[in-house]
Amino acid sequence: MIANYGYEDGSGHYYIKIDTSKCAECTAKGCISACPEKLFATELDDFDDEVVLIKEDARNTLQTNCARCKANGEKEPCRQACESDAISFSW
Amino acid sequence: MAIEKVEYWRWTESNWKNPDIPDWHGSLITAGVDIGSTSTQAVILADGVPYAYSNMRTGSNSPDSAISAINWAMKDTGLTLEDITYTIGTGYGRVNVPFSNKTVTEITCHAKGANYIYGPTVRTILDMGGQDCKAIHCDEKGTVTSFMMNDKCAAGTGRGMEVIANLLAVSVEDIGELSFKVDEEPAPVSSTCVIFAKSEATKLMRSGWTKEKVLAAYCHAMALRVVRLLERNGMELDFAITGGIAKNVGVTRRIENIMGIKALTPTMDTQIAGALGAALIAKELVEKKRAKEG
Ligand code: SF4
Ligand code: SF4
Repeated sequence: MIANYGYEDGSGHYYIKIDTSKCAECTAKGCISACPEKLFATELDDFDDEVVLIKEDARNTLQTNCARCKANGEKEPCRQACESDAISFSW
Repeated sequence: MAIEKVEYWRWTESNWKNPDIPDWHGSLITAGVDIGSTSTQAVILADGVPYAYSNMRTGSNSPDSAISAINWAMKDTGLTLEDITYTIGTGYGRVNVPFSNKTVTEITCHAKGANYIYGPTVRTILDMGGQDCKAIHCDEKGTVTSFMMNDKCAAGTGRGMEVIANLLAVSVEDIGELSFKVDEEPAPVSSTCVIFAKSEATKLMRSGWTKEKVLAAYCHAMALRVVRLLERNGMELDFAITGGIAKNVGVTRRIENIMGIKALTPTMDTQIAGALGAALIAKELVEKKRAKEG
């Protein structure tokens, strides 16, 4: 499943897209420890696979949460840690 | 002096029992209970066919709301909780259904419910609920392939509609029809944000706009926001709308106009899609278990 967490407001759109079918097979779950803002968490999805999601309390502040990583100009730590290319950003 | 407080946002609660199943003597009863932020639904299936349901406001205590909803749904059926083989809780209060056997997320349940209500050709579902609005893409079995919601914006949600209903002192159920009583569609209000909408609507009323025109401009702005969400998640026909706001033609017809498509016509109350999906998944789980056990 492709899960999009985030929002759109007057300043733009801020969605993190996660392909959870890849997470189900990922044992390392590197994104969780790589994210300096601790935005990722695991959950058992409806098919009893362990996948990751963006924590509920961060979903409408992503522009601020990810600002430092984005300002860096490099590939974001979460994407660097994810070997299956399961994460992408809308901005 | 007593001041009468009218709550314009209140919608009508309802329950239903299938008139084609006067007395049920089948083999399997399953249930789904959807506890949303503003409304709670309970759906009972008899051998996979909708038997009864209820749709009511969520009270301050979620477990009590779940019990009230299932009792109201069972009212004319002669069933008791013991007759229900399997119950699934869904919605934001899903962990608070005391008699449930399992919880499933509302996105999964809505897709399943929409697949039943609208048929297997549905690919894009717009669920407009009390607190949030989601775009869901699913396959022919009603399994979710992608979803997107706007966690910040009240556009296309009951919360957004209620603010405007209270502000203009019109019933939430009348907003849709009233919003078309304009000679010409006004430009959308610049903000659908519930915080700014209030001052903007007040300003427009002061400048001589009618209530109807303000409603039209507000519904138009909400529809534009929702269309962006749908397009971003990927729009594929057939298209269906579920949730309480699906009943608000002021927003839904404008979404259709902007996108140049038509949403499928529902065969039953769209607000029960989540609970219906939960009850259908409950039935599948029981059947799978029974098949395994032989
Ligand atoms: S590292 Fe990538 S594949 Fe693994 S859980 Fe995180 S997002 Fe999913
Ligand atoms: S960009 Fe940075 S803060 Fe945002 S999710 Fe990735 S690692 Fe976390």
